[in-house]
Amino acid sequence: MVDTKVDLCGITIDNPVIPASGTFGYGYEFAELYDINCLGTFSFKGTTLDPRFGNDTPRIAECPAGMLNSVGLQNPGVDDVIREELPKLERVFRKPVMANVSGFSTDEYAEVVKRLDRSSVSDMIGWYEINISCPNVHGGGMSFGTDPKMAAEVVKAVRWMTDKPIIMKLSPNVTDITEIARACETEGADGISLINTLMGMRFDLRTRKPLLANVTGGLSGPAVFPVALRMVYQTAKAVNIPVIGMGGVSSAEDVLEMMMAGASAVEVGAANLVDPYASRNIVRDLPDAMKKYGIDSFTV
Amino acid sequence: MKQGFFTITENRKLTPTTWLMRMTGDVSGIRAPGQFINIKLDGHFLRRPISICDARKEGITIIYKVLGHGTEEMTCLTPGAELDVLTGLGNGYDISDAGDHPLLIGGGVGIPPLYLLARCITKANVTVILGFNSKDEIYYVDEFEKLGARVVVATADGSCGVRGFVTDAFRELVNQGETFTHFYTCGPEPMLRAVYERVYEKAGISGQMSFEERMGCGFGACMGCSTKTRNGNKRICKEGPVLRTEEILW
Repeated sequence: MVDTKVDLCGITIDNPVIPASGTFGYGYEFAELYDINCLGTFSFKGTTLDPRFGNDTPRIAECPAGMLNSVGLQNPGVDDVIREELPKLERVFRKPVMANVSGFSTDEYAEVVKRLDRSSVSDMIGWYEINISCPNVHGGGMSFGTDPKMAAEVVKAVRWMTDKPIIMKLSPNVTDITEIARACETEGADGISLINTLMGMRFDLRTRKPLLANVTGGLSGPAVFPVALRMVYQTAKAVNIPVIGMGGVSSAEDVLEMMMAGASAVEVGAANLVDPYASRNIVRDLPDAMKKYGIDSFTV
Repeated sequence: MKQGFFTITENRKLTPTTWLMRMTGDVSGIRAPGQFINIKLDGHFLRRPISICDARKEGITIIYKVLGHGTEEMTCLTPGAELDVLTGLGNGYDISDAGDHPLLIGGGVGIPPLYLLARCITKANVTVILGFNSKDEIYYVDEFEKLGARVVVATADGSCGVRGFVTDAFRELVNQGETFTHFYTCGPEPMLRAVYERVYEKAGISGQMSFEERMGCGFGACMGCSTKTRNGNKRICKEGPVLRTEEILW
């Protein structure tokens, strides 16, 4: 028997498979399709202080082996998430969930974490994943994740608000991702997750205009997997805190590759949008894949 | 929603740009006319959402327009080929509002979902307005008539039926003294806007309108196809594609 368990910032999870934020809602809709307790955990939809509609449509464009999105952090706002979404999740999910938080100022990141951490549903939360890497909003998101000083300030601000593990979600749209990761580690981050989407764009040949209303969007899907793997490898070598690898993961074999590159756990994103059962299938296939490649467990 | 494998039994050209495909598989996920399916094609990352034209226990009929690489490749699929399909997506039309004399208005590739709708509305006197650009694009008139529906065709170039748009055909019916209890529509957005103005705002008939938007997943996970309504934000793929006239923000 292989052992799929991994430790993620002091919390043991049954397997390293984690549906990524923005591809799994607040979980309960997927629970209508399968028992989501088979997952290691999942990262819920990026939550901001105020409700957000997001960008104009079209927000989606297809690419070879992937897709662009420019959703722009649509979410009902933290108070509604606490009041409506998480109680719905509580009925179907028994494991600690990863709370994905986004913001437009360091104060906003801190305030969202504070409200979640002091809410009636805070026991449901295992980790905070702080998204400083959304490429689809202006004046926030990625601007915090492309400068080590600003990234460090976000860590400092949210560090005060919670004792739970803080995982910083980083952008690949930088010259040296390890520099940002180290800045986060220095300020007390408990983990790093990467990569968020790569900025891209496409034109409509008929209209001669960008396909996305937002002009640019974030590229995800198998197309980005080698880039993600390389950055996970570099970051895992550069820091001493756990790294969650993501970017185009679509199979149990991809999970193993990420783990070999130094990841402690793996997020699955765009694959969930093509096949709603993708994460469940990866969990199902993982033991056999481990056996095939002679891996007994992920712990040393 | 259900995921299943469907086997193609028929795939043929209906007009120069429109194709009909029939396939067999588990249709138990389909709950209402106006819902759509999402098809995985080899070599394409995202699925192709296509409205359901007909669903019977033996399988599904879809009618699709060749618009891009994906739909172009669909025309090359042959009977026997298997497709990974998500079925029963979206809310679909609510037939309980039809009343005695519902009006169905379809334009071009928006016509197919109205067929299953017309078949489901059994206890009413159905009138269907079908709009096309020209005579050579006309399809499915006989099929609607076989259901017992009264069909009025409009062509933009006047090559068949009423010259003009579906709204011109609507005006002729109203001028003849026709009254309608409710309307259902699907078609390109300019047509939807015209129908909203003339049939809902001007003639005062409430209705249900099926919208199109570029989708990521098609089942409510990615928030790619959101729209604002009077009842809050809705996902076209999940709380839509059918919106009621009263909630549309135009």
